[in-house]
Amino acid sequence: MPPPMKQCEYSQITTQTSSPMESPKKKRIPRRKWEVFPGRNRFYCDGRIMMARQTGVFYLTMVLIVVTSGLFFAFDCPYLAVNITPAIPVIAAILFFFVMGTLLRTSFSDPGVLPRATQDEATDLERQIDVTNGSGSAGGYRSPPRTKEVTINGQMVKLKYCFTCKIFRPPRASHCSLCDNCVERFDHHCPWVGNCVGKRNYRYFYMFILSLSFLTVFIFAFVITHVILRSQMTGFLNALKDSPARYPLLFSVVCFFSVWSILGLSGFHTYLISSNQTTNEDIKGSWSSKRGKDNYNPYSYGNIFTNCCAALCGPLPPSLVDRRGVLQPDLPQSVAPSNGITTYGATHSQSNMCDQDQCIQSTKFVLQAAATPLLQSEPSLTSEEPTLPGKMTISPACTTLGLGQPTPPSSTLNLTADPVVMDAMPLKDGREGHHFLTPDEAPSPPGMLTPGTPISHSHTMHILNAVAQDSMHEDSVRGLVKLSSV
Amino acid sequence: MAETHCLQELRPPATVTSKVFIQRDYSSGTVCQFQTKFPPELESRIDRHQFEETIRALNSLYGEAEKLGGPSYLEGCLACMTAYTIFLCIETHYEKMLKRIAKYIQEQNEKIYAPQGLLLVDPIERGLRVIEISIYEDRSLNSGR
Repeated sequence: MPPPMKQCEYSQITTQTSSPMESPKKKRIPRRKWEVFPGRNRFYCDGRIMMARQTGVFYLTMVLIVVTSGLFFAFDCPYLAVNITPAIPVIAAILFFFVMGTLLRTSFSDPGVLPRATQDEATDLERQIDVTNGSGSAGGYRSPPRTKEVTINGQMVKLKYCFTCKIFRPPRASHCSLCDNCVERFDHHCPWVGNCVGKRNYRYFYMFILSLSFLTVFIFAFVITHVILRSQMTGFLNALKDSPARYPLLFSVVCFFSVWSILGLSGFHTYLISSNQTTNEDIKGSWSSKRGKDNYNPYSYGNIFTNCCAALCGPLPPSLVDRRGVLQPDLPQSVAPSNGITTYGATHSQSNMCDQDQCIQSTKFVLQAAATPLLQSEPSLTSEEPTLPGKMTISPACTTLGLGQPTPPSSTLNLTADPVVMDAMPLKDGREGHHFLTPDEAPSPPGMLTPGTPISHSHTMHILNAVAQDSMHEDSVRGLVKLSSV
Repeated sequence: MAETHCLQELRPPATVTSKVFIQRDYSSGTVCQFQTKFPPELESRIDRHQFEETIRALNSLYGEAEKLGGPSYLEGCLACMTAYTIFLCIETHYEKMLKRIAKYIQEQNEKIYAPQGLLLVDPIERGLRVIEISIYEDRSLNSGR
């Protein structure tokens, strides 16, 4: 018999709530905000380092710089230090330090990502948009154009609404499709550095390409000098046979071809800095005189020197993304995917879903929405038979849905193979058979979902293997073909 | 990151009824400035001049943080010479100003806004897009009803 409880004691009941997506055993409350960051980024060192998903080319850049410089230090510098001046390896080392330092700063820092709007902020913006455009236009499929016009230093600038981030993008900001983030003063996404180049890391990027062009020219010039000096002593062919000079000549060819592109890029960005433009604005021709006589760059200080100083030596703004902030444990952390449906409690496997899966998922959204009623009525998919490989299983709740209910599929695929227990909803009037959604009933496309839209039901799909994705795609297309024939 | 100021610490029995958002003012470019237009939702809560003074003070602080001048150029040049590794050791002028802004907002909340059932949220917590003002209602007033 257990001892009687004292007056002050109480028994604590632990309540574990779990969503259909994850089991209570595997539930892991994220500690830091970077763990639930909605953009497509990689984080290292507990959120201190922020990079894009595709970092393969960045490692190639690193290898090329390190190997080329390493060969130069190993084979050329000893000879040049003795025969010309010891300053050569010192200058090369300083340039190499600059190149690596600025490359790592560019790659590992936040480019100026704008955090997505909070639910309240998004709702407030939606309300403002409805008031501005009038609620009468909401009946159609296409929403009114969401733009704001602001006058900046006498120049009219349009602010576009970002459906992913639920914000009006600030001037010069743009949404990077690869990182899935709005970036302040967006310049371009650079695969060579494995990150976006924006407001917070542009100066690092510029210093990187500038110092890299100096290093490349320096190495190329002194490799040629080394070969010439050796060939004067022993002849050109003997100099090539001599082992220390053989390798530098090999990578001097690499330097020769890369130096032009690097110098060209440095020159282009020097022009951009001096005119206070971004690559994005230059490509679009935003401030080109071709657009009109009165078209000018409102952000320029009107002075080349001031523009350069502002870009390279101006105050460095802080990161607006609180990556290392601690999450509130009592609040459900929602990660808003790009299709506008908020998903609660996304599991670790879902958050690490590869880009290909995400692409498949987003492109199939409309197809699935159209094909859903057809899939409901197919007995082969809902029977008790064991599922064949390459077939998709749908939870029982999907088969017993009330007719005429719009059923947009869930924005996240459940990658677990556990059965999902859901309450079955009875059919209206016991009717069965096909029901095709009318345009009024059909769910709107991803971008059209307003924050207040009630989602009556969501499919939880079980992908058994890789082949199942293709079969799902086929089923969706088959459904569309049936729809079009009707 | 700037520290958050929870109204629960200032006035415990309170619930949020609504939120007001003060939007950015881009008329002078991309410098961080907020609109001084008085929101009608705060009409019965706070004096118009008091509100405008707060926003103007915040605008001047942000203006000082982003100002192009001798100290910022010197800091930038020093950073440039060290391949920007110096930023790992020293605090930038902007960061110092952000601390001042956070302190100012906390003072304003304690002295002016919290007694009126309002709470200013540091704009850095909203990506410098908006100044969020939470409107609170006392639970103690509603509990008897």
